[in-house]
Amino acid sequence: MDFANSKALNYNDGVIRQFSIMAVVWGVVGMLVGVIIAAQLVWPELNLGLPWTSFGRLRPLHTNAVIFAFGGCTLFATSYYVVQRTCQVRLFCDKLATFTFWGWQLVIVAAVISLPLGYTQAKEYAELEWPIDILIAIVWVSYAIVFFGTIGMRKVKHIYVANWFFGAFILTVALLHIVNSAAMPASFMKSYSAYAGVQDAMVQWWYGHNAVGFFLTAGFLGIMYYFVPKQAGRPVYSYSLSIVHFWALIFTYMWAGPHHLHYTALPDWTQSLGMAFSLILLAPSWGGMINGMMTLSGAWHKLRTDPILRFMIVSLSFYGMSTFEGPMMAIKTVNSLSHYTDWTIGHVHSGALGWVGLVSMGALYYMVPRLFGQKQMHSMKAIELHFWLATVGIVLYISSLWISGVMEGLMWRAINTDGTLTYTFVESVKAKHPYYIIRLLGGTLYLSGMVIMLWNVLKTATSGKPALASIPLVAAHA
Amino acid sequence: MDINTLRILATIASFIVFIGLMVWTWQHRNTSDFKDAANLPFTDDQS
Repeated sequence: MDFANSKALNYNDGVIRQFSIMAVVWGVVGMLVGVIIAAQLVWPELNLGLPWTSFGRLRPLHTNAVIFAFGGCTLFATSYYVVQRTCQVRLFCDKLATFTFWGWQLVIVAAVISLPLGYTQAKEYAELEWPIDILIAIVWVSYAIVFFGTIGMRKVKHIYVANWFFGAFILTVALLHIVNSAAMPASFMKSYSAYAGVQDAMVQWWYGHNAVGFFLTAGFLGIMYYFVPKQAGRPVYSYSLSIVHFWALIFTYMWAGPHHLHYTALPDWTQSLGMAFSLILLAPSWGGMINGMMTLSGAWHKLRTDPILRFMIVSLSFYGMSTFEGPMMAIKTVNSLSHYTDWTIGHVHSGALGWVGLVSMGALYYMVPRLFGQKQMHSMKAIELHFWLATVGIVLYISSLWISGVMEGLMWRAINTDGTLTYTFVESVKAKHPYYIIRLLGGTLYLSGMVIMLWNVLKTATSGKPALASIPLVAAHA
Repeated sequence: MDINTLRILATIASFIVFIGLMVWTWQHRNTSDFKDAANLPFTDDQS
């Protein structure tokens, strides 16, 4: 056996290569479905009159594909990359790591088939029926074993902050998924929730908001705490701030879910509690954003020449924007205007396209050339183009939905002097038409950037070859 | 014990743990432990 190829001396990067490529592929698929349903909102005939291509079935396909397929594959890839390199040890159990890849792809394929066919639990971001839920739980527990097994074998004393965020994300998502998916199967692919009435709604939004907080925030903050320092070439601005950031998020996020149920049958005190904790969340969120951005302090000039770093830093500014907007929208009086309008969709996409999307793309652009033994991506010009297409796309998307959302909220609440409604519902729908066209344009720009990324990643992968990354022989002192 | 007493105690305990963590972090903010930890992503560059 060739000594240099001995497994114990190299990181397990094969599974990371698989997840990275699939992240980009699923990104294109998920965003394409998003563009299709945005077009359906402009021209409803595009549902082709078929049940399988109707908005109600394609919308959960879009959200599942971008969150769990694109976001999920990115998180698997980056967490496996970071945990090995900051623990200085090969991933625990190669076979189980390989199983997480194929298992996760099977979950995604099952979603792509079952959602258009109309199988759904009708819980937002938890639509998949019970057999798929069980598969998700098995894959997720395997993921936890691989990740925490690697941490357990680490060669360095300290557990780097990025791993704390990844670890919290993995544990919490397991808890959320298992509790919220508890159901009584009625037949194959049909089940009824274990909870009833307002308890069911509260469990769903406890899940829903913590999916945002731990899947879409904590996991991607793990990415931020490793890849921003690496790309900037300097350690994180303040390590103690990163610890405060971590624990403040952990202790606060769990309480914020009730803001999704303002002015519903949920007890009033629960709504106010959710609002108060949502407001508190501004502090840790902005602490984290400042920590990421200030990592560049003294090296701001790098933003001019390095498009990958620009992806990461602009993503942090969208993180700051959406974590300011979120607490504001959680205030009950603001929520009475914004809830059920397009403002919410705009807010979600400022976080999803701006924060989650851009930081993922930045991390993938960092990893892909290194995983395939290349110095840099096939085309840096294409990364530059991708950056501008994505940024302009996001700005068009969120500003058009701000306008249409506030407009429809104001139209719904407008009353005449005699107390009758000023506008019919359909008038508010008609007024949104031009903004839906702008939103479609923004989404199309964002998707076209992603297609360019797919081309760039495939070019980089095919012109290089899988690289063996050796584990440093001298363990760090930390 | 009443379930609500248990809930109150758990909430207060969490709050104390949180404050304790903040104090501990503040006291250790300038230690070499934190400096070494912050440099962990760069260990593979040096060898």
